[in-house]
Amino acid sequence: MERVPVLKIGDILLVSIQIDMEDQVALQLQEDLADRIVATGCHGVVIDISALDIVDSFVGRTLATIAAISKVLDADTVVVGMRPAVAITLVELGLSLPGIRTALNVELGMELLARERADYDDEEEDADGEDGAETPAVFTS
Amino acid sequence: MTLSADEAARFAALVDEHQEALVTAWTERVASTLRGRLSHAELQRQNGELRRGFQQALAGSAQDLAAEPAAELRAQLAELSSTRARQGFSATETAVSIFAFKDAVLNAFDGVNVRDYVAFSSFVDEAALFTFDSYVRVREELIADQAEQLLELSTPVVKLWEGVVAVPLVGTLDSARAQVVMERLLQTLVDTGSPYAIIDITGVPAVDTQVAQHILKTVVAARLMGADCIISGIRPQIAQTIVALGIEFGDIATKSSLADALRYVLAKAGQNKQSKQSKRREP
Repeated sequence: MERVPVLKIGDILLVSIQIDMEDQVALQLQEDLADRIVATGCHGVVIDISALDIVDSFVGRTLATIAAISKVLDADTVVVGMRPAVAITLVELGLSLPGIRTALNVELGMELLARERADYDDEEEDADGEDGAETPAVFTS
Repeated sequence: MTLSADEAARFAALVDEHQEALVTAWTERVASTLRGRLSHAELQRQNGELRRGFQQALAGSAQDLAAEPAAELRAQLAELSSTRARQGFSATETAVSIFAFKDAVLNAFDGVNVRDYVAFSSFVDEAALFTFDSYVRVREELIADQAEQLLELSTPVVKLWEGVVAVPLVGTLDSARAQVVMERLLQTLVDTGSPYAIIDITGVPAVDTQVAQHILKTVVAARLMGADCIISGIRPQIAQTIVALGIEFGDIATKSSLADALRYVLAKAGQNKQSKQSKRREP
């Protein structure tokens, strides 16, 4: 059976789907990705579907499931490179892929993830700062 | 009533014999209906050619217009009606030019047999109907061409800023146009990698539920691809219609002018950039 490769780039896992997404391939990808997120401790997943001509409801749901699984493992998921024809078909079918975030290409997708991570870090730091202000004695001692 | 072979031959001879008088009388009649929009010399030339066409068809004993010897006549008639259609003459004016041939023939020949004349007359009627058909066909082709050109012309996608494209919609938005707009906008988003698109509806005369549906579909498709859409150019009248019809734009940003939309997009893009830079500076 064909497998979709999962590549690690810095803090991000890149999945570029270049083959037809049969149901079995989609399920295998879901498993592989969960394993890799845990193994590498990455905080972002970029799924490139620019080579996909067809995105049916099953693939759409699998993508949503992958996004949900990644979220549980503390990784954000972005689906990038959807073709116009695919988008139009999905809209005509009334599938709006809820729970999936998208970007136009891999570059913009990685920017989006970096931004999200930065916002998240800011919030954490703010939270730390507040803690520090409340209990300065702990820090000085 | 169709023309018999010897009737056709007799008329061919007559038309040949009286050609000068016939063409002059015919031209005068046609000129009076066209009221000087074609020069006399031009008409004279056209009618002379048509007369020759009729004469050849009759001499070849064509019993009706579909017959083989009338092929050249048919070509001439088609040519005549297509030029008239393009010059803006009405269908009646074009057909009357052929009908006038009957009058000219009746005046030019004394003592024509009534049966012969009726048969000949029906032949000319057929020719006139043929011009009518060709006229309509040419006009329909013109309309189809123009509709296609309009479709091409009226849906440009322009780049407003780095990462911002805009579609100024002009004219009524029907399904066919909406489809073209959607495809072109999405393709441009991919080609330019622009994460923001502005749909400007200043030039759309009316927004009903169907038009709103088309716009919403475009926005949702763009979102699926990872781009954000803003709708701008909503006139007061349109805003009232939208609310009256109960159309929900949901969380899609709407602005009254293109300038507002651009400012909004640049502010959003600026925010993103800042947070990225602050992230880079911090460590």
